[in-house]
Amino acid sequence: MSENSHAEVNVRRYLIVFGCMIATALLTVGVATAPLGSHKLNIALALVIIAVQAFLVLGFMMHLLSERRMIYTVLFFTAVFFVALMALTLFARHDEVTQPRHRAAVTAEARV
Amino acid sequence: MQIPYTSKPRPDTGLYNAKLGLWLFLASEMMLFGGLFSAYILLRTGQPDGFWPRNWLSIPIGTFNTMLLITSSITATMAWAACKSGNFGRYKMFHGITLLLAISFLGVKSFEYRDKLTHYWIETKHGEFIDGHLHEKTDKEVVVVGVKTTNAMFLYDRTSADYKKLVHEEIKVETADIKKISNYQPRLNIYLSLYWVITALHALHLIGGILVFGYLWGPGSKMWHTDRERFTNRIEVSGLYWHFVDLVWVFVFPVLYLF
Amino acid sequence: MQATSHAAPHDHAHHDDHAHGGFWSTYIFSTDHKVVGIQYGVTALIFLLFGFSLMGLMRWQIAHPGQSVPVVGPLLEHLLGSTMAGKGVISPDLYNSFGAMHGTIMVFLAIVPLAVGAFGNYLVPLQIGAIDMAYPKLNMASYQFYFIGGVIMFTSFFVPGGAAQGGWTSYPPLAMVLATNGQTYWLIGMVFLITSSLLGSVNLIATIIQLRAPGMTWMRLPFFVWAQFVANFLLLLAFPPLEAAGVMQLSDKVLGTSFFLPTGLAVGGNLANISGGGSPLLWQHLFWFLAHPEVYVLILPALGIISEIIANNTRKPIWGYKTLVYAALALGFISFIVWAHHMYLTGMGTKISTFFQTTTMSISVPSVIILTCLLISLWGGSIRFNTPMLFATAFLPMFAIGGLTGLPLGFNYSDIHLHDTYYVIGHFHYVVAPGTIFALFGGIYFWFPKITGRSMNEWWGKVHFWGSFIFMNVVFMPMFIQGLGGMLRRMSDGGINYALRPELLYMNTIIFWGAVGLGLSQIPFIINFFYSIKNGAKVTSDNPWNATTLEWQTPTPPGHGNFTKPIEVFRGPYEYSVPGAAKDFTPQNEPNKA
Repeated sequence: MSENSHAEVNVRRYLIVFGCMIATALLTVGVATAPLGSHKLNIALALVIIAVQAFLVLGFMMHLLSERRMIYTVLFFTAVFFVALMALTLFARHDEVTQPRHRAAVTAEARV
Repeated sequence: MQIPYTSKPRPDTGLYNAKLGLWLFLASEMMLFGGLFSAYILLRTGQPDGFWPRNWLSIPIGTFNTMLLITSSITATMAWAACKSGNFGRYKMFHGITLLLAISFLGVKSFEYRDKLTHYWIETKHGEFIDGHLHEKTDKEVVVVGVKTTNAMFLYDRTSADYKKLVHEEIKVETADIKKISNYQPRLNIYLSLYWVITALHALHLIGGILVFGYLWGPGSKMWHTDRERFTNRIEVSGLYWHFVDLVWVFVFPVLYLF
Repeated sequence: MQATSHAAPHDHAHHDDHAHGGFWSTYIFSTDHKVVGIQYGVTALIFLLFGFSLMGLMRWQIAHPGQSVPVVGPLLEHLLGSTMAGKGVISPDLYNSFGAMHGTIMVFLAIVPLAVGAFGNYLVPLQIGAIDMAYPKLNMASYQFYFIGGVIMFTSFFVPGGAAQGGWTSYPPLAMVLATNGQTYWLIGMVFLITSSLLGSVNLIATIIQLRAPGMTWMRLPFFVWAQFVANFLLLLAFPPLEAAGVMQLSDKVLGTSFFLPTGLAVGGNLANISGGGSPLLWQHLFWFLAHPEVYVLILPALGIISEIIANNTRKPIWGYKTLVYAALALGFISFIVWAHHMYLTGMGTKISTFFQTTTMSISVPSVIILTCLLISLWGGSIRFNTPMLFATAFLPMFAIGGLTGLPLGFNYSDIHLHDTYYVIGHFHYVVAPGTIFALFGGIYFWFPKITGRSMNEWWGKVHFWGSFIFMNVVFMPMFIQGLGGMLRRMSDGGINYALRPELLYMNTIIFWGAVGLGLSQIPFIINFFYSIKNGAKVTSDNPWNATTLEWQTPTPPGHGNFTKPIEVFRGPYEYSVPGAAKDFTPQNEPNKA
């Protein structure tokens, strides 16, 4: 099981991660509810902290940081398709035709 | 002949079968919740400004639940670490704590759900909007403890100054006056639909995890004595699944409770 | 040394199989990938026939609107009631339910279970030199979920209101307002089918990655295995958003939510009692995110089967193996980002539309590359035109027609005219029917001897082929002309609106008789299939086609554990006619002469 020595069974490390997770969770609540003027700013900052939390969970608790290339490859493509789904769907919803678009006045010659 | 690489990793991939299988499954789960979150963003951005509920969920309770889940994630990892170091007793303890924390999370969640079902939204025929917890409901009248306003928009964003100015009191509404009455069930508005469906799906995954953990902690733990390596791998793989459930909550909690 | 450890081939189960328990555990609750594969195969073929019959009934109605269906009309009325099939006439609602279920059944209950569940499950472990799939119990479970999903879909015909009627695409708000529980059954059935697919795809991918025999490197895999690998990745990653959407639509139906119902929705002139705020387009995005990769799931295993049959029957390697592999990978990747070409007419803006047109056009490149490699593979071959090879050769131009007719659909300006017309139906049926289904037929004839130890009758095989080939074209070619003429699809009255174009309407009659001919052509196949299991000519060797791939280097049929001794692979999958070799084929596991 030499491969598992990569997934370091390091209890101290897990306790540090635990502490970070609790701290970031509380920080998320704080940042998302603090009066910062723009509500969008609250969301943006909170998303940054959530990304850190996700990194902690994936990287340390799920030992992705020391995982195999095969797993990285699978997850890389999953991430690409996840982003594609989200981005393209939203892009499609916000790029919509609301008025007919007419060409510039068609001349008599062109009509012939 | 036995299927190879059930415990020993395959040399060129470095993985044992169950671990690869679980990551493949998690990849599909990421796409599942990805679809749900895409739906959330699309539906929310499609709503007119000011009409998206904010602060309708109890942040302290949600935060407490978050802490439960984070802790259970760490104890799940500790359970695996105990297996790796050959300490069955410690494994049992940590896994048992994980199970208890998971069940507590569900308990808190069902409390929240029940709370939603006793919270009512009433529209009267005079154009008034009342929003509060149900105190009493008879044929003649409905009594809630909450707020009343003629501008429905005030009721959506509870962090807004407009909402905070509303007086929180006991309100009686005559049944004859009621145009529409509904508790906070999924069909009330699109936010609640998303809340119920996303948290219910998450809870279902949690229940699945509890069943697996329960089996491994109980009857499945016999494998510790017959094939320790394979059992430890099972704890690792189920732990990975559990971390994923926690990871989903890391997104669900802020998106539904805080944003 | 060859793995033919038996002097005479066996035509019934090996002794090993019986050792594992009685009838139930051997044939019903088996975890052996071969049994699971056969279960998938038989169930899928039954659904294929059922789906075909639905189409036959629909084509009758279109060609003879309002007339009672001969022979089966009274039976329909008896089974489905007089609202749906009064006096044996197919009502518009019944027509719509046939249409929706024909699509659903063909895609989700017939083709994919056959191509992936049957062929994939049976052949992949054998072709990679493994003793079974990575997760045998999960394999059994995936079949069971499929079976349950199939039962739910079938029973939906008999609920009040009938089966789902909103198309296989189940677009809201229509799917919501239809007054039938059949739609709910459809959604629940889909959840089971998607779960089955998920379990299966995890299994196949893990098996290919982890259980390849020593020496079976990635670039020595038969192209069939690569095709299955990519197809299962598509299933793994593309299905979940549809599952999410299915749950949301189920919630709309059962809990009264409005995920897909917009504010201000009016039904029958009255405002609907819903909260609104939903988006019908959201469903379309999530649905097509799956359904587009799904069509590549339909074609990839077929391309894999064709490759195996062509290599074997031309006695030469497939031309451009590496190109084929990279093209398949590229195809799989691009398939995830083309989906909105099904949505050009939903009011998409020019920027997003340009994006999807670009990706759609670019996906035709790997498709054409694959087809070209297969075509070039025929060049200079010593071709044996047995039944599998007939199907494989016919596949090529048929798939070409299907692919090329997709091009005007991929551009939004030409799609304005062609969207939702019969042209679309002609296009995709060419790819799936004389495309994929021909490959599956070819595959059945090809691998039948390995599975049963007996050959299917060649003469009747050729009858089946020629009848199918001719009538497929009679059925689907006119649809292009109808579509270009503007005739819309999903019209139960056969397109009476087009009475001004009687030649278009007349084609409905041609197509109907083509469908009848097509149906009749399947009878020799069905009889041949069942008859040959017990009475077909016994094969005289474990490798009757003189093939190189590993599934032929096993006893016939392969026993539990597949190979009689551990497999090691020494060469690529298509070592046919190697100069200097003793025979015109060298199996993958034959050791190199010292």
